[in-house]
Amino acid sequence: MILEIKEKIVEKILLLIAFSSISILALIAIFIFGEGLPLIWKLGPKAFILGGRWVPSQGSFGILPMIVGSFWVTLGALLLGIPLGLACAVFLNEWTPPLAATFLRPAIQLLAAIPSVIYGFWGLVVLVPLVRNYLGGPGLSILSGSLILGFMILPTIISISEDSLRALPPTYKAGGLALGATHWQTIWRVLVPAARSGIVASIILGMGRAIGETMAMIMILGNAVKMPTSFLDSARTLTTNIGIEMGYASGDHRQALFATGIVLFFIIMILNSLAIFLSRRRTG
Amino acid sequence: MTMSKKSKLLCLLWLLSLLSTTTFEMGCQRGQAGVTVAGSTSVEPFAGLLAEEYMLHHPKSHIYVQGGGSTAGIEAVRSHAAHIGMSSRSLMAEEKNLYAVTIAKDAIAIIVHPENPITDLSLPQIRQVFAGKIRNWNDIGGHLRPIVLVTREEGSGTREAFQKMVMEKEEINLEALVQDSNGAIRQVVGSDPNAIGYISLGLVNETVKALKISGVEPNLKNIFYGHYRLVRPFLFVFNGKPEGEANSFLEFVLSPEAQELLQKEGLVTIRP
Repeated sequence: MILEIKEKIVEKILLLIAFSSISILALIAIFIFGEGLPLIWKLGPKAFILGGRWVPSQGSFGILPMIVGSFWVTLGALLLGIPLGLACAVFLNEWTPPLAATFLRPAIQLLAAIPSVIYGFWGLVVLVPLVRNYLGGPGLSILSGSLILGFMILPTIISISEDSLRALPPTYKAGGLALGATHWQTIWRVLVPAARSGIVASIILGMGRAIGETMAMIMILGNAVKMPTSFLDSARTLTTNIGIEMGYASGDHRQALFATGIVLFFIIMILNSLAIFLSRRRTG
Repeated sequence: MTMSKKSKLLCLLWLLSLLSTTTFEMGCQRGQAGVTVAGSTSVEPFAGLLAEEYMLHHPKSHIYVQGGGSTAGIEAVRSHAAHIGMSSRSLMAEEKNLYAVTIAKDAIAIIVHPENPITDLSLPQIRQVFAGKIRNWNDIGGHLRPIVLVTREEGSGTREAFQKMVMEKEEINLEALVQDSNGAIRQVVGSDPNAIGYISLGLVNETVKALKISGVEPNLKNIFYGHYRLVRPFLFVFNGKPEGEANSFLEFVLSPEAQELLQKEGLVTIRP
């Protein structure tokens, strides 16, 4: 009887703790929506999301250039991150001698532990002048941003892809080899397709990381509010728009930044649910 | 697991208690000894310097200097989160109920890369460059290279001052690179031979070159006599009359000793 009561008490305490963390999340969401929605209603969602001019001092709040900027930077990061990350995951799983793997895995984890401001600073001092001197333009560009971001999402792609490759039943590989396929054919035709859902989930999580990255992008992208037309143009993403302008914003301008946050909120939610859906399919 | 009404109520109580502790703590901080100075990132380094100097003379006092931006500083004073707000722009109409004191004036310097052959531009030329109507250095007597504009973000006091004093009705080209501090602009302009930007004169160093404007060099003498026009006020903003420690800090800042210090740092003092 006493044990039962104790059990109940523990259960309720855990429930409270769980709810307090979720309620903080809910409070943040309520706050963001409460601050941002009035402006979206005032302008109309279409004018806000599809508007091409962002000049808060004149009351123009169109975030299409930022959405496009986020899209280009993320696409560029994926173009670099997916081949590198996937190749690295396959190599770690199939060819790396155990001794080398003990060094390589922590090194990749370390990539994830480097603060983004360090990536940004390195990009600003090393990468940006290279792009400016050899390719032209201001150097602070989508290309530089994509390169840095590509490296930043590598750990996510590598570790999750590798996990999903390792989780495959050993019979897949044995079967492939037994049928006379070479090692590489087995990897490319059997193992990678079998681990596909995990790999796709890793890519989507990497994409979420890329869209959410702020500090490094503020330093490298140049933050111009013009619609970018080439990879050497400066651009502004949704997150950097909030990051760079929040210091001085007030009134409608401040609300517009929260509204930018709402758009970002939806994009990230869609990506995360997609990742969860795809990784569930792997186990199910 | 279904949630009974009781546990729902418990959750609510838990949440309320969380909220009340945070507000209580915030209330405590306000009562803490010391003066909080918050606001413009342009004024911040100078206020920090003055605070250090003041604390040397008054070892028991604590002056906390924080950035955040002019508007945030004024907002903080209004909500009593800070005792003194720093602003690098004049108060707007809806802020006039606050009490503002000019502690010094700051000039805005137009800066380019040191290797840029241009040394002198007129105000209309600068305006056309930043409006995107002049797009090549060659058009104003420089190399045949595209001009890279660097500006501050919307809402910044420096940008507002630049807009008012240089651009007037023109709009700064949307293609301009945007950086969120004087230091970041200096970094970009100092590393790109094609760039032009604007920062506080006090923060100009050897990595960039400040341009003359129609032959007038941005130096203290020209600013003081009004020849160099790109000048804006640095304000301390109070909610009501300054009192106690905050007032004694203000008095120190306006003293000849502190003003001399500001002048050494490149600001223009309020008195000769």
